[in-house]
Amino acid sequence: MKNFESRKYTIGGIISLILLIIWGNIFYLQLFDTELKKSSENNSQRRVTIYPGRGLIYDRNGVLLVCNEAAYDLMLVPKNMTSFDTVAFCRDLNISREDFDKKLEQCKSYSTYRPSIFYKQIPAIQYAKLQEHLYRFPGFYVQNRTLRKYNEGIAAHVLGDVGEIDMEKLKSDPYYKGGDYLGKSGIEKYYENELRGKKGVQIFLVDVHSNIQGSYMNGKYDTMAIPGKDLTLTLDAELQRYGELLMKNKVGSIVAIQPSTGEILAIVSSPTYDPQLLVGRQRGNNYDSLVKAPGKPLINRAISSTYPPGSVFKMANALAALQEGLIKPDTYFPCDASLVGCHGHPPANGVARAIQYSCNPYFYFVFKELIQRGIEKSIFKDSRIGLDLWKKKIITLGFDTALDIGLPAVNKGQIPGPEFYDKLYGKHRWAFSTIYSLGIGQGEVLVSTLQLAHFCAIIANRGYYYNPHLLKKIAGEPITGKNTQKTFTPFDKKYFEIIADGMDYVVNEEYGTGFYAKIPDIRVCGKTGTAQNPHGECHSVFVAFAPKDNPQIAIAVLIENAGYGGLWAAPISRLMIEKYIKREISDTLLEKRIINSVLFEANGEE
Amino acid sequence: MEKNRRGNTLINIDWVTVIIYLLLVFIGWINIYSAVYDETHSSIFDFSKRYGKQLIWIGAAFIIIIAVLVTDSKFYSAFAYPLYAVGILLLISVLFFGVEVNNSKSWFEIGTFRMQPVEFTKITICLALAQFLSSENFSFNKFSKVGLLLIILGLPVMLIFVQNDTGSALVFFAFIFVLYREGLNRVLFITSFAIIALFIFALVTNLEILLIIILFAGVLGFILTNGRSIYSQIVFYCFLLFTVLSILVYNYSDIFTNKPINLVALNTLVMGVLMLVLYLIKKNKNLLLFLFVIIGVSVFVLSVDYLFNNALQPHQQKRINELLGMNDDPLGVGYNVNQSRIAIGSGGFDGKGFLQGTQTKYNFVPEQSTDFIFCTIGEEWGLLGSTLVIGLFILLILRIIFLAERQRSAFSRIYGYGVASILFFHVAVNIGMTIGVAPVIGIPLPYFSYGGSSLWAFTILLFIFIKLDSDRLQIFR
Repeated sequence: MKNFESRKYTIGGIISLILLIIWGNIFYLQLFDTELKKSSENNSQRRVTIYPGRGLIYDRNGVLLVCNEAAYDLMLVPKNMTSFDTVAFCRDLNISREDFDKKLEQCKSYSTYRPSIFYKQIPAIQYAKLQEHLYRFPGFYVQNRTLRKYNEGIAAHVLGDVGEIDMEKLKSDPYYKGGDYLGKSGIEKYYENELRGKKGVQIFLVDVHSNIQGSYMNGKYDTMAIPGKDLTLTLDAELQRYGELLMKNKVGSIVAIQPSTGEILAIVSSPTYDPQLLVGRQRGNNYDSLVKAPGKPLINRAISSTYPPGSVFKMANALAALQEGLIKPDTYFPCDASLVGCHGHPPANGVARAIQYSCNPYFYFVFKELIQRGIEKSIFKDSRIGLDLWKKKIITLGFDTALDIGLPAVNKGQIPGPEFYDKLYGKHRWAFSTIYSLGIGQGEVLVSTLQLAHFCAIIANRGYYYNPHLLKKIAGEPITGKNTQKTFTPFDKKYFEIIADGMDYVVNEEYGTGFYAKIPDIRVCGKTGTAQNPHGECHSVFVAFAPKDNPQIAIAVLIENAGYGGLWAAPISRLMIEKYIKREISDTLLEKRIINSVLFEANGEE
Repeated sequence: MEKNRRGNTLINIDWVTVIIYLLLVFIGWINIYSAVYDETHSSIFDFSKRYGKQLIWIGAAFIIIIAVLVTDSKFYSAFAYPLYAVGILLLISVLFFGVEVNNSKSWFEIGTFRMQPVEFTKITICLALAQFLSSENFSFNKFSKVGLLLIILGLPVMLIFVQNDTGSALVFFAFIFVLYREGLNRVLFITSFAIIALFIFALVTNLEILLIIILFAGVLGFILTNGRSIYSQIVFYCFLLFTVLSILVYNYSDIFTNKPINLVALNTLVMGVLMLVLYLIKKNKNLLLFLFVIIGVSVFVLSVDYLFNNALQPHQQKRINELLGMNDDPLGVGYNVNQSRIAIGSGGFDGKGFLQGTQTKYNFVPEQSTDFIFCTIGEEWGLLGSTLVIGLFILLILRIIFLAERQRSAFSRIYGYGVASILFFHVAVNIGMTIGVAPVIGIPLPYFSYGGSSLWAFTILLFIFIKLDSDRLQIFR
């Protein structure tokens, strides 16, 4: 008989080899297949995000402007669903059967064993009803969310809105996850990092059915949610509300600043809207209709729209000319209407009177002094140098500067310099005669209502300012930093006194253009402006501060297509000033007239 | 002295095997404990839990071991056929009186106690096979004897197939090793082995795996046909090198757009040329035979793949994919294997630690204490644990082969090879299925998987052999 003993090697070899091949597979699987490890973490741990309450927002007097309201997202794990009474379910949720099927399909297409939002932002009242029956609907559970509540219904443009994160932000900021809410505009956006707090996470172990089996490592890796910081704004809710009331049926904006601190008391942009419209389930629809609405209510005109400032800008030119020694306070220029149109008024003996009468030819000459300084023989070269020097001075007053007040999308406006005109006309192909309209605030100069108010506050302070800002306290602590530092402009106080005198005459003396702003026992200083508008009626502009000594408020009002500055902007400024200082209005007739005036039909054609 | 040694079982039993056995049972139990561990019921003696029950099965197994060891070793050969008959009767009666579990009617239920007779028939068939092959007048050249052999093996296999317990039925194909050792023609062996391997692994339809099998079969065939000539040595190492290179190329290059198919084709080409060159030098006809086998298998694989991708509609492909447990559908049929791979892969080098496995513990892996127990080892003990377990099994199987070879009686030797074959098949397929290289056919991991019948059956299977081995000196040549 043949001996087959040597075959033991073959058999042993085959067996060992096969088992070693299997071992090799395990070796690869455990050491090199990183995909599997990732799957494993997703599989067994469920990270439940704990959303912190967003910071509350108060006005300067402690009025609660924005708070949070509970809402409930109805979550579904399709795999855990068993048959139930869909009719009752649809009734509780107030949805149709078709909606139900559609939503169910959506959830299933995402995942059958992972929770997805079946119905979001159920209001508390509806939730109460649903909650009673929820046990009958297996697979469904509720996740708490908070929604913003805008208590006062005012200051929509300042407060801004909160919405679901978009793809772009999601990719750029790892803090956020899909479905998170974040500030989309206004304070909500600018102070997003302060308001949002810090999300916490609780890690649970779940089995394959998504049932929670316990906390992971006894909560060792859980983190607490840190609530957002509460903000106190510099806004005065009462003044803000009053401003919005006055601006009803008008297009334009108001900015009021406390000159002694730079705190912004009110930012009104009209037409406005109820910020609550952009919260909750109807957000999308409301947003769409606001985008389409006439007058574009979503735009914050106070900071985003810029206009030629008109006569208000004369004060800036006067300051520059005085500071450079190009004119004296008592310099006289004739009211030569052949140069630039004017209206009848007594001769302007000195700068203050010229402001009082808003004499166009006077400021034509002032601007000529600023631009043609005789440094170069060629008027082209000379104008170029003059304009450059002028611009450098003017922008120290906050023009052509994006003021960092605590809101996104601040327009910096425009002060044209030599390069601007070089591009427009060619180098040395323009001179004073080309650009003289800048002298009376028309032409290529563009400013926002905010910048006008800031400029006015500088005059009220007679030369210094605090950076205008909206945030007063953060988490109860008064703010520190650049907004609390006094900054001086490169103009002497004495020249500001002259301007202030001029503004005083504007309101309080005969032939003043701003007599509508006069308040019996408060000395208001103001200046009218009429911004030319190539598309229609001029914009009515008025800046003012009051009282003249120790000013409490500086304000700028701009009403679009409302004509002459004294007519609409001045009385609105007056009412705002009186409201802020005295908290009541003496001239109720005027108030009524302004409130009832319709310059713009929000619902119809312009 | 000599006489004393002969009689004393305790001295003569192979303690190496016993220690490996004890280690496996112990590690197995630890992992069952971990797999069903639940913080609220952490007492190891909680007999309402599987680990508590398994402790009872283990205790009972020790009593069984004693019973097996005190039984006279002649009993096993003398009663091999009657035991075989009892086993067949059990398999028949389970068809009538059994209960269905997981679609297969292979369980007896007595009260709350369940047992699977197929586990025990493995022992009886192994004994009968040993008895039959060791009989004086058996020869592979006698047609009647081979026919009887096929009936002895085929009858239980058929019955188990009827129970719809395909996995257990396949186990008996492992006896091909036994037959080969006892003189089965080597060409027949290689062909059968290749068919069995292809059949089993084709169920996974993983082309990479098939590729390895083809290469492997080629190498094997070559060595077996050519003995130890210098040429076969050279070719062997060439193939080995080529296999390694193929795998490396496959994993780390983007040369091939359709990698598996191109690689199969490339392999066939290279191997074909090698074979041809060698044939021209050596003029060995077996070389040509294997050349054709390799080309044939490659063409088969390629055409199946081609037909699958081009001739079938997408929904048909999907159905077949699901049937075969492909990865596409994480919650469908392939879900179990996918989860199991995730669990093992997540273990890394040193694992997550005892009781720290998250995949296995929270029911992500199905059957985690029975068929998929290896997941717990992979996840909690990592590569170290996997290596230890596989190492212990290799050691055990090789030890059994070593012991089998030192037997004086053919019966003991054949039985030993039978034990080694059954263990090997279970280990390879069970662990293979947890990592997705073998089909999920639901066979337990010996000594590890939860369950009394499986543990007892494998214990009896092994200890009969240990008993036979301890008495080997009593048999005179």
